Amino acid sequence: MTGGYAGKLVEVDLTKDKISQTQVDESILRQYVGGRGLGARILWDRLGSRWGKIDPLGPENLFLALTGPLTGYFHGTRICCTGKSPQSNGIIGSTLSGEFPMELKCAGWDGVIISGKAEEPVYIFIDNDRVETRSAKHLWGKDGKTSLKLLTKELKQELDKRYARLGIQKEPAILYIGPAGEKKVRTACVEQKWTHAAGYGGYGAVLGSKNVKAIAAKGNGPLPRVEDFERVKQLMKATERLSFTRDRTRRWGTGYSGYEVGARTSSEPVRNWQEEWHEEKSFGGVNFDSRFWVKRYWGDYGCAITCLKLAVIKAGPYKGAITDNPDYEMEAYMGPNLGIFNPEETVYLSSTIEDLGFSGINGANTLAFAAELYQRGILTKQDLDGVEPRWGDAKAFVELAKRIVERKGLYYDALAEGTYRAALKISKLKGVDVTPYAVQVKGVEVGAHGTRSGRDYTYDICYACSVQGGDHTSTVKDAYDDMDAVFDDSAVYCNVIAWGEEGTRGLQWQFLRAITGWKMTERQWKKEHGPRIVQIQRAAELIGGPDISWRPPKDDDNPPRFYEPLPSGPYKGYATRREDMEQKKTQYYKAVGWDSNGIPRSSVLKKLGLSDVDKALEEVRQKPKQACQ
Amino acid sequence: MLVSSSEAKTWVVRDYLRCTGCRRCEIACALRHENQIWPEASRVRVFMLVPGVEVPHLCAQCTDYPCVNSCSSKALSVDEETSAVLVDRERCNACGACIHACPGNIPHLHPKDNYVLICDLCGGKPECARVCTEAGYDALRAIKEKPSISHNLFARRPEELTSNLAENLFGEKAKELI
Repeated sequence: MTGGYAGKLVEVDLTKDKISQTQVDESILRQYVGGRGLGARILWDRLGSRWGKIDPLGPENLFLALTGPLTGYFHGTRICCTGKSPQSNGIIGSTLSGEFPMELKCAGWDGVIISGKAEEPVYIFIDNDRVETRSAKHLWGKDGKTSLKLLTKELKQELDKRYARLGIQKEPAILYIGPAGEKKVRTACVEQKWTHAAGYGGYGAVLGSKNVKAIAAKGNGPLPRVEDFERVKQLMKATERLSFTRDRTRRWGTGYSGYEVGARTSSEPVRNWQEEWHEEKSFGGVNFDSRFWVKRYWGDYGCAITCLKLAVIKAGPYKGAITDNPDYEMEAYMGPNLGIFNPEETVYLSSTIEDLGFSGINGANTLAFAAELYQRGILTKQDLDGVEPRWGDAKAFVELAKRIVERKGLYYDALAEGTYRAALKISKLKGVDVTPYAVQVKGVEVGAHGTRSGRDYTYDICYACSVQGGDHTSTVKDAYDDMDAVFDDSAVYCNVIAWGEEGTRGLQWQFLRAITGWKMTERQWKKEHGPRIVQIQRAAELIGGPDISWRPPKDDDNPPRFYEPLPSGPYKGYATRREDMEQKKTQYYKAVGWDSNGIPRSSVLKKLGLSDVDKALEEVRQKPKQACQ
Repeated sequence: MLVSSSEAKTWVVRDYLRCTGCRRCEIACALRHENQIWPEASRVRVFMLVPGVEVPHLCAQCTDYPCVNSCSSKALSVDEETSAVLVDRERCNACGACIHACPGNIPHLHPKDNYVLICDLCGGKPECARVCTEAGYDALRAIKEKPSISHNLFARRPEELTSNLAENLFGEKAKELI
């Protein structure tokens, strides 16, 4: 087997209640590597010919959790969740950190593919080469912390018994969903360790639609062998040394940005992005750090940065709330974007939505969207069964989130569909166009970095042209450097370690060569391998369906709000310029090989060996023409 | 057997609240002893029964060495130089007596081979502590100290330590989390 891979994927067919294993050809691994790339290929192979008909929340969809060859070797273990996304109806690679991928690889598996639907709630237990589905009735309906507690306890006891001869066993690692996933809320995330989540894509809802509460893994073996272990060990040391120099990221995580991105770059969402500037010192990092952090360095397997911090509220009305830092995204989305400038309330909200399994970016974006509709008198107290989401009212937002997750009532059910679909539904119900208040790109709510001030890393086409929509971890600029993020998600390691000036300094490519023995260079990846993955993702999102599909170039656009001038702050009056956007979009299409309608060109696809994708796009190519007639 | 040495020996100080859960100690240990990344073959294992409560679990070199005393095949001995328990792989028959004799059930069998795994203090320069100190965490820190019966108290089961630490970290909430 190629170095870095266990060499097989475990397949769980829930409808047939059948477990099997699949081997992936080395030629496919060479092209797609793992995680997001391999996921896209597998999804396309199995569902591509009828993509438009597959309901992302139906039994025909697949849920994949895939590692990559660098997982476990490149420090900061992550796993990539994918499938047909119930947010974009395309393919999103959504990674989260934690020990699950480590246990999985040590159990002898590179990933899990789940198909069909179980009749009753189940969880999947992977104990080395023994894989079973089991009833999860006792866990269904339980919040994140309770689910994880119960499952960890019962499986640890079982492992201690099963392996009594070996001595006490370490606990298994567990991927799970909360009530939001169970209720197929499209902004539901897949979680690990209370606070770690894969939110983009909505894969918590996909697991919920399959009646899967959790996947637990325990591996007693070593990580798969690599091609040149001595070199890998040197590279591990080199990346660690780089990481140790990043004192700021280590010390504060991304958590000090909740103040800085507002006050300095003016690109932090405030009250559903009506503003992007604030300089509320009450919300500064030091007030999280000094007051709530009980662990100042917290991380996942192998991490030398440990940008996470453990925050606990020990007194007052929110006593018992626990979250990480919160990191910048949670801070912004559960703080200023809800008009909240009180660290205590942000920690409390983060803790609550994590228990619900409701994505802190995507779901919290919907909370702010609802609050703006309330502010404008479009949604009323009556519509929301007595809840009044006023800016800054943390308790009201917790209530709103809980009711969205319960899906009780017309408007809560609509909001459970995510910001984009909620906007369409509410527009219809109210007879008012509310889509201008929906801050999303092709169904995916936008991460907490605005484009208007031009002072952040995000600008004009960053989200608009990305095959991952609003995902702030995979933005685009020139169709070449963008492929770095595609690599992070496909080789599957932590992109917090990779970003920034210190970053990895290209060590990831050396890792790939030493681990797999392949001769692949950065240039090859960026010119050929990365684009191949992006073209499949593009085709999938263009075909979309069955409930929605995207029409480029119209839908390759920013949320309307990003064209409104910033109303306050040092960059008052600044806005993303439509002319810049259109010009760069044209350049981007050209660079990535899409025609003027944003559709991948036949010649480009054929050159990449994607004739099957090309064929499937024929139907889409007819659409814009029809629209013009 | 009872060791009462007036000489300072190697000991790994553990400060559980500083453990980040990065498990670089497991990687370092497995690399040294197995030349592989192999969490379950590491002599130090980090238990995480509750997120945020990470417990590095490794031999505490009890002054009365109950593990060594329990071994009927004479596979365990004490390294005079470091105070570490040494395992003779040839003699060890993986009977598990030492696992039960240890108040913390710290020893565990090699996941593939037939012998027990106990921290050997890397001959006096423990790798786990080195990488932890290098990272600035100092959850594990190597020192020279006279053997002390207080060291014995660190031979505890992960469950016990977890419940102490959870209370320390989470206060009253801890009861709900365990």
